Amino acid sequence: MQRYYISVIVDDHEGVLARIASLFTQRGFNIDSITASETEAPELTRITLATTGERERIEQMMKQIRKLEETRVLFLLDPDESVMRELLLIKIRCDESNRSALREIVEIYRAQIIDLSKDSMIVQVVGKPTKIDGFLNVIEDYEIIEMCRSGLTAFERGPKSFEIP
Amino acid sequence: MQLNGSQIIAEILVEQGVDTVFGYPGGSVLNIYDALYDYRDKIQHVLTAHEQGASHAADGYARATGKTGVVIATSGPGSTNIVTGLATAYMDSVPVVAITGNVSTNQIGKDSFQEVFTGGITMSVTKHNTVVRKIEDLAPTLRRAFEIAQEGRKGPVLVDVPKNITAAVTEFTPMEVKAKEPVKGTYPNLEEVADLINRAHRPMMYFGGGVRLSGCAEEVRELVAKADIPAAHTMMAAGVLSYGERNDLGMIGMHGSYASNRAASEADIIVAIGTRFSDRVALNPKEFGAQGRIIHIDIDASEIDKNVKSYCSVIGDAKDVLQQLLPMIHAADHAQWHEEIDKWKSMDYYPEDSSTEILPHQVIGMICDKGGEDAYIVTDVGQHQMWAAQYLRRLPSGHFLSSGGLGTMGYGYGAAIGCKMGIRNDSPVFHITSDGSFHMNMNEACTAVSYNVPVITVILNNQVLGMVRQWQTVFYNKHYMATQPERKTDYVKVAEGFGAKGFHCETLAEFEAALDEALKQTGPVWIECRIDREQRVLPMIPAGGTVEDIMLD
Repeated sequence: MQRYYISVIVDDHEGVLARIASLFTQRGFNIDSITASETEAPELTRITLATTGERERIEQMMKQIRKLEETRVLFLLDPDESVMRELLLIKIRCDESNRSALREIVEIYRAQIIDLSKDSMIVQVVGKPTKIDGFLNVIEDYEIIEMCRSGLTAFERGPKSFEIP
Repeated sequence: MQLNGSQIIAEILVEQGVDTVFGYPGGSVLNIYDALYDYRDKIQHVLTAHEQGASHAADGYARATGKTGVVIATSGPGSTNIVTGLATAYMDSVPVVAITGNVSTNQIGKDSFQEVFTGGITMSVTKHNTVVRKIEDLAPTLRRAFEIAQEGRKGPVLVDVPKNITAAVTEFTPMEVKAKEPVKGTYPNLEEVADLINRAHRPMMYFGGGVRLSGCAEEVRELVAKADIPAAHTMMAAGVLSYGERNDLGMIGMHGSYASNRAASEADIIVAIGTRFSDRVALNPKEFGAQGRIIHIDIDASEIDKNVKSYCSVIGDAKDVLQQLLPMIHAADHAQWHEEIDKWKSMDYYPEDSSTEILPHQVIGMICDKGGEDAYIVTDVGQHQMWAAQYLRRLPSGHFLSSGGLGTMGYGYGAAIGCKMGIRNDSPVFHITSDGSFHMNMNEACTAVSYNVPVITVILNNQVLGMVRQWQTVFYNKHYMATQPERKTDYVKVAEGFGAKGFHCETLAEFEAALDEALKQTGPVWIECRIDREQRVLPMIPAGGTVEDIMLD
């Protein structure tokens, strides 16, 4: 099963996010991440969905979302042709004994330490989901106090933008 | 002109050509009802016993007339009571607009009296829904609701209006509703479709509710005749072909004929029109039509390849697609294929008549005989529904009303009342039901009596919950759990108690006499027919099975 990234441009109406989330739940599809964000047009919202499944099931889901009254445009994002970013905030248990080792990892990943205490560190990682997965993999042996991932936001490379038909 | 929200609602109902609304008043819709008082010459409000009945009545009105049915309910329980009706309409693509009241915007979210989040509750059982937060949004939202209900694949739309919005005043500009123009699409692969049909040796058609919704029964018959295609129908399209005609394979699916299910598994081309390969038809989606290529014609793109993969598809209104396709079709004669089909037909299940006992197929047959070609048949859900669909004769499109997708027991009475009030003519309306389904919503008898609606209810009373019991017989070692309720309902007395007329029949002759009498009445009639509880709906293919698993006795 492959992961797919779907970009949906919707009218900024109340409940539109709930409507899409409800569609997924109702039809038994999994959402790996979902973000809704403002766009350059105040009346439009961009929803970026990451979902894993078989191609046919993803296509069915896209058809269902396309039927919603609020949906203006919907398309699959090609990861190679898109800029995709996600933010990770992670609080790691660390003290003098392992702080510098952790700092080394942070530097390699071009992440940032944004808070430090005697026995903890908060790191911010921005990047493609695979980069964040990689970072999490590397720090597996450290004790994670808490973490949160923002979910994916993305659009296509180059000068073009979505067009509302 | 300056109008308040309630007057705007009434104005838009008139503007949209609504002559009848079904509903039930309550606190948060009192303003709306006050406006309806002023518009009572233009809009008839039909008060039902229960909001569920009103929602089914709006559905029945819509199915019978093709117009959008309207239901009004108050906040809280009023709204939750129409949920079943909305889901029924949604599953069967019926155009309905529901207007629900809600608590005032400053009371929303405070668990106020009779407050529920109607928008959230009905989200997944409507084509679209909106909570109106500003009076300026009310008119455009309502107008759009009527459009959405009728455009593309039809369906129910709900508009939730908080009470203060129904009182708030704004400028209202009347608008004329443009007549709906017939759809004209371009379908790039129609030639391929025609070619597939023209070159087929064992073609088969299978059509569903979309044929009724797009009004293309004539085109379907033309295609069947011209290409000499044996055709099966789903329950939703019962009555399009004449029972017993050469190319009629009868109903397909779980309780469909042997011939139709066999043909589907042997055909080289299956033309599926306005249908969605539901699990009651394509019981085993991997095996369905596996020998052949499937051409799927449907208005809803999301139905293509959803349940069963098609070889090629056309997305569009079935009437338009067929009108463009027909000239490309060559006249054909599939004599050899018919020989095989006739053989399967001869192996099919045919019930034998009885001169003493009341048998379901004879009841349906007699209703069709006495009702004539313009009758409307409305059913509830269960064995009687399958019998009605199996033994129905040809009816005009839209004259067979039944809850297909949702299978809503209790649908029938409200729908039959809505149907009769919508058609505004003398065509008889029969409500075929059973003791199980009828007990769910028989309270609507009071509505039929109040408005003097001559719906003829025929209760096939086997004193058990027949369809569930049939499954228990076949699959659960005859453990009749909760299906033999030992009810002692005296239908004649209950009918009379409501102010209706009741008959009780033990024989077919008694039924015939009761039916003759019922057809003379100007108000509602109940006819109870006692049938044997061991009567089963046959044929039957178990869920997930194929024609190889069919039970014929």
